[in-house]
Amino acid sequence: MDPRRMPRTITDPKIRQVGFFAPVAPPDVSMLGPPRPTTPSSPVSGNSLSPVMIPPPRHLSSDNVLLSPHIAVDSFLPVGSYNASEFSSSTATEDFSEDNFSKDSGWVLNENSGKAAVKPNTHAASGLTPAVSNEGPPMELQKQQPPASSMPKKEQTTKAERRALQDAQRTAKAAANAGGSKKSISASAVVNSANANTKKVAKAPPQKKDSSSVAASEKRGGDRQTDKDRKKDAPHPRMQFDDEDRVEKAKKRSVVKQTESRNRVELFRHLPQYEHGTRILDLESHFFQLDTVHPAIYTVGLRFLTGDISGGNARCIAMLRAFQESIEDYSTPAEKELTRDLPTKINGYVSFLIQCRPLSISMGNAISFLKPKIPELSSTMSESEAKASLLSDIDRFINEKIILAEKVIVRLAVTKIRDGDVLLTHGSSSVVEMIFLCAQELGKQFRVVIVDSRPKLEGRMLLRRLVGKGISCTYTHLNAISYIMHEVTRVFLGASSVLSNGTVYSRVGTASVAMVAHQFRVPVLVCCESYKFHKRVQLDSICFNELGDPDAIARVSGKEDINYLNDWASSQNLQLLNLTYDATPSDYISMIITEYGMIPPTSVPVIVQEYGGEHLLI
Amino acid sequence: MDFQVVVLAGGFSKSLVPLVSKEVPKALLPVANRPVLSYVLDLLEQKSLKDLIVVVEGETAALSVSAWISSTYIDRLHVEVAAVPEDVGTAGAIRAIHHRLTAKDILVVSGDLVCDVPPGAVAAAHRRHDAVVTALLCSAPVSGPSDSGSSGAKDKAKKPGRYNIIALDPTKQFLLHIAAGAEVEKDIRVQKSILRAVSQMEIRSDLMDAHVYAFKRSILQDVLNQKETYQSLRRDVLPYLVRSQLRSELLSNGVQSEENGNGKDAMQNVKILPSQLLANASTPSFHELYPLGPDGSASMTRKTHKCCVYIANKSKYCARLNSIQAFSDINRDVVGDANHLSGYSFSVHNNVIHPSAVLGSKTTVGPQCVLGDGSQMGDKCSVKKSVIGRHCRIGSNVKVVSSVIMDHVTIGDGCSIQGSVICSNVQLQDRVILKDCQVGAGFVVTAGSEYKAESLAKKEKL
Repeated sequence: MDPRRMPRTITDPKIRQVGFFAPVAPPDVSMLGPPRPTTPSSPVSGNSLSPVMIPPPRHLSSDNVLLSPHIAVDSFLPVGSYNASEFSSSTATEDFSEDNFSKDSGWVLNENSGKAAVKPNTHAASGLTPAVSNEGPPMELQKQQPPASSMPKKEQTTKAERRALQDAQRTAKAAANAGGSKKSISASAVVNSANANTKKVAKAPPQKKDSSSVAASEKRGGDRQTDKDRKKDAPHPRMQFDDEDRVEKAKKRSVVKQTESRNRVELFRHLPQYEHGTRILDLESHFFQLDTVHPAIYTVGLRFLTGDISGGNARCIAMLRAFQESIEDYSTPAEKELTRDLPTKINGYVSFLIQCRPLSISMGNAISFLKPKIPELSSTMSESEAKASLLSDIDRFINEKIILAEKVIVRLAVTKIRDGDVLLTHGSSSVVEMIFLCAQELGKQFRVVIVDSRPKLEGRMLLRRLVGKGISCTYTHLNAISYIMHEVTRVFLGASSVLSNGTVYSRVGTASVAMVAHQFRVPVLVCCESYKFHKRVQLDSICFNELGDPDAIARVSGKEDINYLNDWASSQNLQLLNLTYDATPSDYISMIITEYGMIPPTSVPVIVQEYGGEHLLI
Repeated sequence: MDFQVVVLAGGFSKSLVPLVSKEVPKALLPVANRPVLSYVLDLLEQKSLKDLIVVVEGETAALSVSAWISSTYIDRLHVEVAAVPEDVGTAGAIRAIHHRLTAKDILVVSGDLVCDVPPGAVAAAHRRHDAVVTALLCSAPVSGPSDSGSSGAKDKAKKPGRYNIIALDPTKQFLLHIAAGAEVEKDIRVQKSILRAVSQMEIRSDLMDAHVYAFKRSILQDVLNQKETYQSLRRDVLPYLVRSQLRSELLSNGVQSEENGNGKDAMQNVKILPSQLLANASTPSFHELYPLGPDGSASMTRKTHKCCVYIANKSKYCARLNSIQAFSDINRDVVGDANHLSGYSFSVHNNVIHPSAVLGSKTTVGPQCVLGDGSQMGDKCSVKKSVIGRHCRIGSNVKVVSSVIMDHVTIGDGCSIQGSVICSNVQLQDRVILKDCQVGAGFVVTAGSEYKAESLAKKEKL
């Protein structure tokens, strides 16, 4: 949009080596490094799960090998931002081109074991993978199938089973015929994957192409699936709500009854669209029936739902504090182990919280920090010791990843404020607020412009607090952004999450602010703690977003007489959409300030890679 | 959920005098042929609250209540019946059982409540705001006009003490002022400090205090210990908590230190930051804004606590059986508009006639009636909008309109009963005409007598 300022995607990412990242191994080294040595460290990619996901029980034996191409992708990443041409030569091309986009609705590079297990099947089915060597896997498969699959206990195979077997053979053959140019995956892996093929086919999204046979085997796998489902009762984070089967399943599991809203927006059918008011009522009236939910968790969930607590850091802290309380009150039931029983409890809590409000990425990161800590507890520990260790872990997370990180960010960001600056912010971000307050304490002369947007109008609270501290403020709404931007010298923004392609995922309206600022050539500084970083890539804010209460749009705060939309639900042709987040492309962002330093958005993957995963977790 | 439920079942309420007796304490008065206490217990049981403490005034009343509970709910509920001396008031009752209260919060429910508002909603609102007390408010019932047929509406029209003056904040979540009943005649004094803090106040008189409260246990016990003269939760404790919500000297100290607490001095700073973060993120109520002062400077000396309300939806039914008028109203509603509460399945004619009841020829039982088991009716009777108990014997040519007739009542031929309450074991001889009367238990009304708006009971009982 601005010819004089080159968009960053055009600059070659390979040239864009930032000094901060010099120690990172050059990309070709990690490329050439055989995937095998990296497999032991595959938990890096395995552990850093998708944001909201509870790690499902993992079968490491089969996953290690299957994951290897993705590790290659990951290690490839630090080179620069996402650029399709780079991947075209890599081993991971097929992942990229085929199924991630179709199945995963635009999420790239984000793998978990469940998906990985499905993958070989789709490859084989579409005949895309050249990954199979030529030494007749079908024969081997036929021999190994009965013992390895561990499924058919009986001699007599059902019709569905036979069909599934046949199908597996057929697809394997097709894959073999396609010719194996890549030898990266060994034959055993193929067998493994073929077994996984029948075993895990139920996990695959039902919109698969070869529906008939798969559907049959899916039915068969269904009954085994149920207890697995029960075990990880957290609904799949990226559940597609237009997929009726899954919605039905999730409904059975859910504690809180959720009524779907009548006027759903078609384009956003994949996101949950529930009637807001009924959920609160239902949650309230079932107060005494939710025995499985700890009171602290319940309170936090209710506050999330009613909007009493909002904001990434606050929600995360509130959740962790509630976990702390529940762990404190936890006592291991007789004949159970803490390391096994507590995770299921926490899973239950998490799924309850998700029903109240979808978790943010930062909360997902916090959960995936906490959960692996439980099995790590040694069995020799007494219960109180184990609990104390967990509690201190959570405390440490809050202190180091949130509180201290904020302080470091504030110290860094304050250096960017000079006397006479006019600083603009959007909405209400806790870090940005602290930056302003710190700059004020340092005696800098500056003015703040707070840009707010409906329906939440969170900026008003920020305004109140800043004015209370004696900072000179201007308050305006988003629609006046282009008028106010003339006088602004810097834009400070908070973020809900920063994704690995540099996209900033934040309160809706942020993208417009950043875009206008970019147009006016005002630097845009995004302040974000690194625990909010995620390696997922998102190109738009449609495929994954959170929908707020549509009624909130219809109401205008302070103006009761504006009630034209009061009965909008009764009009069939009107749908209201209240998006909570939007995605700001990295082009519009000058700098991201994290506790690791001030980095350009192209360097986010480095943070994710180097400090993410288990490093993120101290 | 760390809640304890206390049901205050009362004893022999003075305001219900001809109806209650030694045998029938207030809690066991029949509403649609079920003791009124069963409505509360059923509601709680439905919401899986199975551990209850029922407090009854007076030993004899406690015995009869506990006998009834153990026979009805024997394996369904775990009920402790506690007897307290009479005339200690609700606050005294809680004082008397304070050693049994251990949970973090306490739900106090009046035993004479007939409602379908889920108690969990009150508890949830309580927890959500971390309040000191949460009260359930519901829209005040309209009494009088809807019971057609009784022309005695004039008598009931002006009933003082039915109003509550309740002041709420604009979000309708916090209670700012509450004045009940008799105090209304005087002027209302609203505290300036509260008004200044909230800046906007909504005063309503169409709400009724349903006498369902969630209390924070530690605070309730503190108040009860310090203010020994306090008699009633509704008249003394609740207004006190509401009054002092912006300057709670003694009470919330415990709460506040719990919140910021469990940290040593070194850790204090680290602990405060997240809590401040949390406070900034949540929408502050006036309680949080008030200590900041007008210029936003924090003077942390002021402690506050929150008094919340949960306002039940208009569609919910909620009434308290605390007067004779309320008794007949509730009986009428439970078999009429709010018949989902009664637990009976109504027939196509919108009435309930027990299969063992015997009806004479040409006898009609209209809609919104309940006829208990074993009752017999003679010929050419007509029953409208009434509840008739068990084993009543009713002669021929009897008219019963908008009345409640309890068990074992004998009614002679040619009687006419309108808008009346007739207690158990009453005998009405032939051609008695009663209008808007209450007849106490065991009374005998002589033949041919006619009464209007009177309360009849045995002498020695009064």
